[in-house]
Amino acid sequence: MSDLVVNIGAKSFPAVDRAPAQQALQDLAFSVSHGEFVCITGPSGCGKTTLLNLLAGLDTDYQGEIRLPRVTGRTAPVVGYAFQAPRLLPWRTVQENLQLVADNPRGSDSVDELLQLTGLQDFRHAYPQRLSTGMQRRVALARAFVVSPDLLLMDEPFVSLDEPTAVRLRLLLLEVWQARPTTVIFVTHDLREAIQLGGRILQLTDTPGRIALDVPVNLSSTERADPAVIEHHRLRLLESAQARH
Amino acid sequence: MRPRANPWWQLASILLLLGLWQVAAGIADSRVLPVPMEVFVVLGEGLASGELPYHLVVTLARVAASFVLAMSIGIAVGIAMGRLPALDRFLDSWLVLFLNLPALVTIILCYVWFGLIESAAVLAVAINKIPNVVVTVREGARSLDKDLDEMAQVYRLNGPARLRHVVLPQLAPYLLASARSGLALIWKIVLVVELLGRSDGVGFQLSLFFQMFDVANILAYALAFIAIVQAIEWFALRPLERNLNRWRR
Repeated sequence: MSDLVVNIGAKSFPAVDRAPAQQALQDLAFSVSHGEFVCITGPSGCGKTTLLNLLAGLDTDYQGEIRLPRVTGRTAPVVGYAFQAPRLLPWRTVQENLQLVADNPRGSDSVDELLQLTGLQDFRHAYPQRLSTGMQRRVALARAFVVSPDLLLMDEPFVSLDEPTAVRLRLLLLEVWQARPTTVIFVTHDLREAIQLGGRILQLTDTPGRIALDVPVNLSSTERADPAVIEHHRLRLLESAQARH
Repeated sequence: MRPRANPWWQLASILLLLGLWQVAAGIADSRVLPVPMEVFVVLGEGLASGELPYHLVVTLARVAASFVLAMSIGIAVGIAMGRLPALDRFLDSWLVLFLNLPALVTIILCYVWFGLIESAAVLAVAINKIPNVVVTVREGARSLDKDLDEMAQVYRLNGPARLRHVVLPQLAPYLLASARSGLALIWKIVLVVELLGRSDGVGFQLSLFFQMFDVANILAYALAFIAIVQAIEWFALRPLERNLNRWRR
């Protein structure tokens, strides 16, 4: 088992039509040990999604090096990605959406287990468009775990949900993650969400994104469920971010 | 899903058409415009003698062969052109050329180059249809969802799985549209091909009836063919469409 090592010298987008060229990331280096849950926060447009796309291998046009964590015995690291939108195949049922990715030769016979874990057993034969947004995100979460990923990427997967639903899904995420531990990179612009979920928080600066703050979060699960504790930590984080400027 | 049409309304419309035909034939009072009843009698005779079904089957086989050929080539080229801008630019002028090539020219050239043989006939029809399929499918391939594409890439779906589960379902409405328009176009061109260079099939029969001014038989064959194409729409295309759309809200 190896760590995730990120060492990006520069990532820029070339000018397209009338939009000018843009420097998205610069001198961004960090490493994440196996099984860590890291939240990446930062202002909108600081390159968080760009970073995830680099990690996922969707974008290979950058300077630097990324070494994905790898579980021994696998020929290539497997990545699970919960996108900002669920990105389910609408013509396949919930179960079929999971099976499609799990049925790959890598083999992972855990569709049933994940449907169970995410409370989707009763909806396994439903088509995604007939489900609520919260439910669709649950399916996307289950799909990201069903491939038994070496690295799980999450891009604000609970954004634009009402707060109670978002809270429920965050707890669900932690539950599933404890049942099937893996390295997680969770991107959010919401510091509270980051404190509630992460074992460590990386804060990025404004564009071009680099690391402004790298702090551990040592909270018990009861503390994570307490809004007052979360708020206290948030203020402390903001203070230390100020102090660095 | 479309609201179901009232069957009585449709029946009334067909009866009105028959009525107009009857009146027109009565006024013309001519051998070249027979009354509906006469056409139905001729249709019955053709069915009973087995001659009409034979030629229908021959023509339908040609329609099926040309349809399959045109759809498979058209879909492959259409997807490729929709996905690869360089190829699209390169082949675009070919496409314009074939789109505007008159059907008759293709048919004559195929017969001249390959002889009056079955494969030349089927090829000529397919060549007429392929550009239309390409244009429709290319439109669909251009509008494929990039988000789903990235999803497929991250979850490492292999080529065939991507085609089957991600690309083709998105193209389904375009494929159905070109299947529909293809059926209508192809059977009309098949008749011309038969008229020019085959010794069986509906087109060949029509040319014989034309020489004898046998309008009743011409109309009988036309009616039989219309009925079959409508049956394909009802019993193949509509159920297929319903099945493809079952996931929609």
